[in-house]
Amino acid sequence: MKLAYWMYAGPAHIGTLRVASSFKNVHAIMHAPLGDDYFNVMRSMLSREKNFTPVTTSVVDRNVLARGSQEKVVDNIIRKDAEEHPDLIVLTPTCTSSILQEDLHNFVERAQLEAKGDVMLADVNHYRFNELQAADRTLDQIVQYYIKKACKRDELPQGKTAKPSVNIIGNSTLGFHNNHDCTELKRLMADLGIEVNTIIPEGASVHDLKKLPQAWFNLVPYRELGLATANYLSEQFGTPYVDITPMGVVETARCIRKIQEVINAQGAEVNYEDFINEQTLYVSQAAWFSRSIDCQNLTGKKAVVFGDNTHAAGITKILSREMGIHVVWAGTYCKYDADWFREQVGEYCDEVLITDDHAEIGDAIARVEPSAIFGTQMERHVGKRLDIPCGVIASPIHVQNFPIGYKPFLGYEGTNQITDLIYNSFTLGMEDHLLEIFGGHDTKEVITKGISAESDLNWTKDGQAELNKIPGFVRGKVKRNTEKFARERGLKEINAEVLYAAKEAVGA
Amino acid sequence: MTIAQQPEALNFECETGNYHTFCPISCVAWLYQKIEDSFFLVIGTKTCGYFLQNAMGVMIFAEPRYAMAELEEGDISAQLNDYEELKRLCLQIKRDRNPSVIVWIGTCTTEIIKTDLEGLAPKLEAEIGIPIVVARANGLDYAFTQGEDTVLAAMANRCPSKAPKALTETDKSDERNPIQKLLNFGKKKEEVIQEESEYVDHPPLILFGSLPDPVVTQLTLELKKQGIKVSGWLPAKRFTELPIIEEGYYVAGVNPFLSRTATTLMRRRKCKLIGAPFPIGPDGTRAWVEKICSVFGITPQGLDEREAQIWASLEDYVKLIRGKSVFFMGDNLLEISQARFLVRCGMMVHEVGIPYMDKRYQAAELALLEKTCQEMGVPLPKIVEKPDNYNQVQRIYELKPDLVITGMAHANPLEARGINTKWSVEFTFAQIHGFTNARDLLELVTRPLRRNNNLKDLGWDKLVKEEAKI
Repeated sequence: MKLAYWMYAGPAHIGTLRVASSFKNVHAIMHAPLGDDYFNVMRSMLSREKNFTPVTTSVVDRNVLARGSQEKVVDNIIRKDAEEHPDLIVLTPTCTSSILQEDLHNFVERAQLEAKGDVMLADVNHYRFNELQAADRTLDQIVQYYIKKACKRDELPQGKTAKPSVNIIGNSTLGFHNNHDCTELKRLMADLGIEVNTIIPEGASVHDLKKLPQAWFNLVPYRELGLATANYLSEQFGTPYVDITPMGVVETARCIRKIQEVINAQGAEVNYEDFINEQTLYVSQAAWFSRSIDCQNLTGKKAVVFGDNTHAAGITKILSREMGIHVVWAGTYCKYDADWFREQVGEYCDEVLITDDHAEIGDAIARVEPSAIFGTQMERHVGKRLDIPCGVIASPIHVQNFPIGYKPFLGYEGTNQITDLIYNSFTLGMEDHLLEIFGGHDTKEVITKGISAESDLNWTKDGQAELNKIPGFVRGKVKRNTEKFARERGLKEINAEVLYAAKEAVGA
Repeated sequence: MTIAQQPEALNFECETGNYHTFCPISCVAWLYQKIEDSFFLVIGTKTCGYFLQNAMGVMIFAEPRYAMAELEEGDISAQLNDYEELKRLCLQIKRDRNPSVIVWIGTCTTEIIKTDLEGLAPKLEAEIGIPIVVARANGLDYAFTQGEDTVLAAMANRCPSKAPKALTETDKSDERNPIQKLLNFGKKKEEVIQEESEYVDHPPLILFGSLPDPVVTQLTLELKKQGIKVSGWLPAKRFTELPIIEEGYYVAGVNPFLSRTATTLMRRRKCKLIGAPFPIGPDGTRAWVEKICSVFGITPQGLDEREAQIWASLEDYVKLIRGKSVFFMGDNLLEISQARFLVRCGMMVHEVGIPYMDKRYQAAELALLEKTCQEMGVPLPKIVEKPDNYNQVQRIYELKPDLVITGMAHANPLEARGINTKWSVEFTFAQIHGFTNARDLLELVTRPLRRNNNLKDLGWDKLVKEEAKI
């Protein structure tokens, strides 16, 4: 047992449902107790879906406990098949069905005899995989199913497309800014003269899956979802894949060069160097921003980064390599893929943090006192409590992270969006500077904030007055440093002299 | 709207139970806030945790006094010892939070693997010195608000059974906080001397159901106007202040989903249940007060004027919904009371979906619904227990109700098809009880209609393409 009240990645069935409901005309039936269909609420609220989420539950209740599901699951599948005519029904196990150990395979086979659509059991074990791993597996499973089916029927189209083409693998419902990223990637491919063969799973029909082998290569923009599928297609059809996330100027260029290499190997004869140059210098403003005075003011500022593998690694590299910001630590909650993360960010931060314990992360933030945090909604709230600004860069996310306006994180427009996000998160440089000169304009009382600061020390009136002159956003840090200084020297009272002695001691 | 033939009695149906509702563990969200010295430990899986994390929204960031005891594979296969694991976590909770009670919420998983929570609790309680209350609020058996019912039923067994005699001297053997009690006792005594004369002499009355403190005060004062003294509430603000319940006390429920609590109070604590409609809406509040008065042989004073005055103040809202129709998809068991209130407001109710219908506990409420429909000249609604959401949506397409009260899973898709919706969960968290809050209740009900009045001339009420029917 583990004491926890916040988790970064959801349970396995959420991943399966995300993939299943991303496809067009695919229905998922959960084998779960009442109330486990919370996914529908999330999809309807967060992504403001206009359509009913194609997920229903075959309810596990007392009767099921007593005598098994018997006909219930089969009936539910057949009923849904008749009502909605889905191309595919994915029977989705949950934590409950994992321990009931009913023969869901058998239910699927029986239902398949009567159902007009296809029926499949998602092969995910609740206790072994989390949301992200399950999503990756389910996508792979669905792709394999339809490739094999087409093979058997001899319906697999032969050969590649005439022009260079790509499958974009990994955009899914409830993914962080995935819909905007998808648009941006399509635009990028069009600019590169590459046809988009299919995009899966978001918006795809299962009938399109047999077209997958026709693409010249696969692009997997996100580390968490799509790699298993890309590997399968590579083994089966020799389709190469590019798994460099085009996030940030440098990585986008690297991704494009890799694409160039991959398609030239198949006889395309393209050269994207001019395109990269043009985009970097004139379309993306990120490269220019790095040179501008604004960005100079950010030099050496401390930041911490936490999120999923894709976004935490991408943002860490941008901060460090493209903006000269000091990333004290970068972390991921993808513990199952930690080695990849370490390898990616190792040289761009002082320390790597691999954990899914939000309290550990909260403490690590409080200890470092960065000027800005880039993390999930949880880190945003830690930031609020510590008065440190936070830019949200990864799931888990709230409804405000499903913006209606165009906000991709990938591609060249993505570099612009990320630049804004980062710059706006740090306190505006000049304002910071002026406040320091003039001793601050706010006179808010300093309150002790939780997490790491508890004060047993007494601030005298003049000490407090001096402290109040320090600008708000660094005041907490000065206060803590001073208290630390006082404690080390056994001082019970902090007056203005102690404050400045402490300041000198730390060389600030 | 044709009011041709009216069915004689309410029509009850039962469907497949394939509907959306919150998991009953969601009750920790409001109960940990209500019972200030409690800590709720939900013993379940990631699925439970994920639900709570998402359902509670920003509350999660406020260092809530709840946590998951997340079961791992070793717990499921009994490679780990339940008792030792729970002890480790509960000691950690004791160290970090020092609560007066730890409430264990049993989930589907603990049911299926048959963790003997009721057996482990007394042992562990003795070992760590904190009361442990066990409530099996799981999705196998219950829906949403019924979670509170299971917790309160378990709490009912923890209410002290004897009035403390001469407890002004500290009773050291008593595990409840002696200082707290001392202070309270002193205060109560003062009040008693001052106010005893204001109350009619009647047997002690305990009210059950968790309500926000302002609503507790409002309802208590409402009864005080009739000379009725509320001896205690289950739950109280703190676990250490649970009311004394002796054999023969009277009890009354304030919410329609508290049948297990009512049963426990009657059977285990030998209380007498006052079966009344629930104090939701001015009509319900009045009926509730009247029923309690009648049991104690009191003639209610001034209720006519009070109710009329409230209705008059609601007129601007009632005007908006009079003659309109409403469809309850059903997910929180407040549906019967709400339907009854909306009929009194002049609405026509097509269907009342409800997860579970206790016809005995809700008898008075059902009778009032029937009577209200007759008086208002509208057909009796169909009451659908364990509804089937898919079928309901088809019926909604046919009936085209002016308002659908439904869960969030269906709200946006229905709105996109030009059907007004109100999110049902808001009724659970808003203050809707008593005379004072009738306006808040209507505020919620009329919100989609008021919003539409603002948008009505824009011409974009249907935002999905017509679905091709195959």
